[in-house]
Amino acid sequence: MTPYNPFNRNFGSGTRTKAVRPDMKWHEMTRAGNIYEPGNANTYETGDWRSIRPVWNKERCINCLLCWRYCPDASVIAKEGKFETFDYKHCKGCGICAKVCPVNAIDMVPEEEIEKVKEANKDEN
Amino acid sequence: MATLKELSRVEERFVGGHRLCAGCGHGIAVRMILNAAENSNVVVGCATGCLEVASTIYPYTAWRCSFIHNAFENAGATISGVEAAYRALKKKGKINEDFKFIAFGGDGGTYDIGLQSLSGAMERGHNIVYVCLDNEAYMNTGIQRSSATPTGADTTTSPAGKVIPGKQQPRKDLTAIMAAHNIPYAAQTAISNWQDVHKKAKKALEVEGPAFINVLSPCPRGWRYNTPDIVEITKLAVETRFWPLFEVENGKWKLNYKPKKYVPIEEFLKPQGRFRHLFKPGNEHLIKAIQEEVDNRWLALLERCGETPELPPR
Amino acid sequence: MKTKVALTGNEAVAQAMKQINPDVVAAYPITPQTEIVQIFSSFVANGEVDTEFIAVESEHSAMSAAIGAAAGGARAMTATSSQGLALMFEVVYIAASMRLPIVFPVVNRALSGPINIHCDHSDAMGLRDSGVIQLFSENAQEAYDNMIQAVRIAEHPDVRLPVMVNMDGFITSHAMDVLEVLDDETVRNFVGTYVPEDYLLDAKNPISMGNFDMYDFYFEHKRQQVEAMKAAREIIKEVGKEFAKISGREYGLIEAYKLDDADVAVVVLNSAAGTAKGVADELRAKGIRAGVLKPRVYRPFPQDEIREALKGVKAVAVMDRAETFSTCGGPMFADIRNTLYDLKNDIKVVNYIYGLGGRDLRLEHVEQVFEDLENIRKTGRVDETVKYLGLRD
Repeated sequence: MTPYNPFNRNFGSGTRTKAVRPDMKWHEMTRAGNIYEPGNANTYETGDWRSIRPVWNKERCINCLLCWRYCPDASVIAKEGKFETFDYKHCKGCGICAKVCPVNAIDMVPEEEIEKVKEANKDEN
Repeated sequence: MATLKELSRVEERFVGGHRLCAGCGHGIAVRMILNAAENSNVVVGCATGCLEVASTIYPYTAWRCSFIHNAFENAGATISGVEAAYRALKKKGKINEDFKFIAFGGDGGTYDIGLQSLSGAMERGHNIVYVCLDNEAYMNTGIQRSSATPTGADTTTSPAGKVIPGKQQPRKDLTAIMAAHNIPYAAQTAISNWQDVHKKAKKALEVEGPAFINVLSPCPRGWRYNTPDIVEITKLAVETRFWPLFEVENGKWKLNYKPKKYVPIEEFLKPQGRFRHLFKPGNEHLIKAIQEEVDNRWLALLERCGETPELPPR
Repeated sequence: MKTKVALTGNEAVAQAMKQINPDVVAAYPITPQTEIVQIFSSFVANGEVDTEFIAVESEHSAMSAAIGAAAGGARAMTATSSQGLALMFEVVYIAASMRLPIVFPVVNRALSGPINIHCDHSDAMGLRDSGVIQLFSENAQEAYDNMIQAVRIAEHPDVRLPVMVNMDGFITSHAMDVLEVLDDETVRNFVGTYVPEDYLLDAKNPISMGNFDMYDFYFEHKRQQVEAMKAAREIIKEVGKEFAKISGREYGLIEAYKLDDADVAVVVLNSAAGTAKGVADELRAKGIRAGVLKPRVYRPFPQDEIREALKGVKAVAVMDRAETFSTCGGPMFADIRNTLYDLKNDIKVVNYIYGLGGRDLRLEHVEQVFEDLENIRKTGRVDETVKYLGLRD
């Protein structure tokens, strides 16, 4: 098994099987619908379900990792026992992380505001 | 007790990209349980239900371990078959590695349709851990009542109507039923208390023979509370003694948490849409009856645990 | 080495299971299969096999546990009958779709209701569209031989499907019969060691099995199952030829008895084929060119072989030990008539429902069938397409 990389964007494929694509013929699919690539769901993005996103405030964060513990989507990435980043490719914006944070180090920001900021930055550039 | 700093270093076994609803308790519970298995080889069995349909939509699997889904009512039998295969192949020297066996089922797949299969597996003494992810109704098919649904809850098959105010029967005590199988370990826990979940998962995985854990794992859609409040709502279930945390180890009952003060059941019921009808004027007696049920069950549990049967101070 | 022994069908099947020595057996008692689990349990208790035996709490769990075990990488078996098979209906389909080579004897017994414990084929026919391979056995010898071959058929890389080995309840399962059994080593060498390809207990290659398959892929996986069934036709024949080398008994998809020059023929499964062959012999002595076709394999359906065997016949009677309640005859009747359609040569095909709930099939019943066929042959007229044999009417 290759080490887990939440940012692997290699659509459904792995070492034992080719990616299963919708244009494949019946005999090209894996037998019995078996899936040989453990955890390949991380190549499926659920980030676009989100209408509101968690934004990390580094200054306030005490690295208690309650957000990591309570994320249903494994989208709080911790590294060496500390908060590292959010996995926005999979975060569905449920808001649990912000709610369990004891020091309010996570803000829930509507996606359209993020878009506006992005647009504004683009205009400036 | 390991800290989150340590636990967060364990490789993720249930990855993002599954299609459980945003804020689903099952994603949290499964991650906690598998995290407690640390780096052991694990085979997960799963009953049909939200977790299964959302985590293994072909050609994607969210499981970074071997996984088998068979049908709705047979997760117990299926995982016992895998475990028997393990013993057979190990004995014959065909495999060398050690494995842990964990089956997940919802309350529908465990309390109801899968109860016989689970009971058989427990009685036969397979070295497995069965985890019930209890969200108190058939959520996958659209919130129908199960025998885990609490009294008064409005579900699509126990609707709060003009004549009948929601589910009329009390919840089945599955954890006690499992304990009655005289298995080495049976426990009840809730995702709000992550340390409790972790400890119990570890014990269940370490014990020789069958173990059962009943995890309260809320469903924001079915319970109709504000999605981010999952931990708070689960905590209220524990604090109101609606969902006590206890374990039965080799026949010995032990209460794991005793609320310091008497929190009335309204605190748990009020934030949830499924109980809204109970708060209509004239329905006070319904809440009173639920409170009585909770108090009586609590006193009986304390007695079983060898504690003084008394309610917390008001 | 071959030894002649006197065994009941159940004992013969249990004996085959002992010699196969599967990794896991999960089973539940039901009349008339019970002896198989009992005898096998005693093999386990006495250390004559090293199988993990799971005494489950129902047949649903028996097949479910067998699925778990086979998915785990074990050679797994179960055994059942009638209501037990009906209870496992759901999971038999799953075993087939997961492509698990589970071999399981089914001691054919009528389905309730009304409740009855005796032979008919309604149990097996209920699962004919489940995707499992179905072998039928005329007697204890064939049941024994089929069990051993079933392992090889099921586990063949091109097949990987469950195999159901049928024999008639009480008639075969409980009657003492003389048969030839092979020695343990010969059987062991014949079945070989099971090498699973995709299995849960492969620590280096974790796998997800039994996944959620939507409209975008389910159809394709079903088509793969059809291909496995097609492959099974050839594999069954190959294994049958190989089995002849160790036993002297060769098996194909069908047994064509005196059909080469036959004018009239009966098509019948399991033990009744013995009765039909006896009657055909009698009639042949009287100058009537009678023959019998006994499908050994019912799924996959041996269409080419049956067409070839029956192409010269003028009138055929299909004998079904099960009803479909379509009011158009039994299950095998539909298959046989369908098979003969392409010949476009006006073979008359009629149907007899017989033996439901263990009703005896007597020689005179079969004689009556042949007499009817002779009349049809001579007159070219069929008065009644579906008839009941031995019914009080």
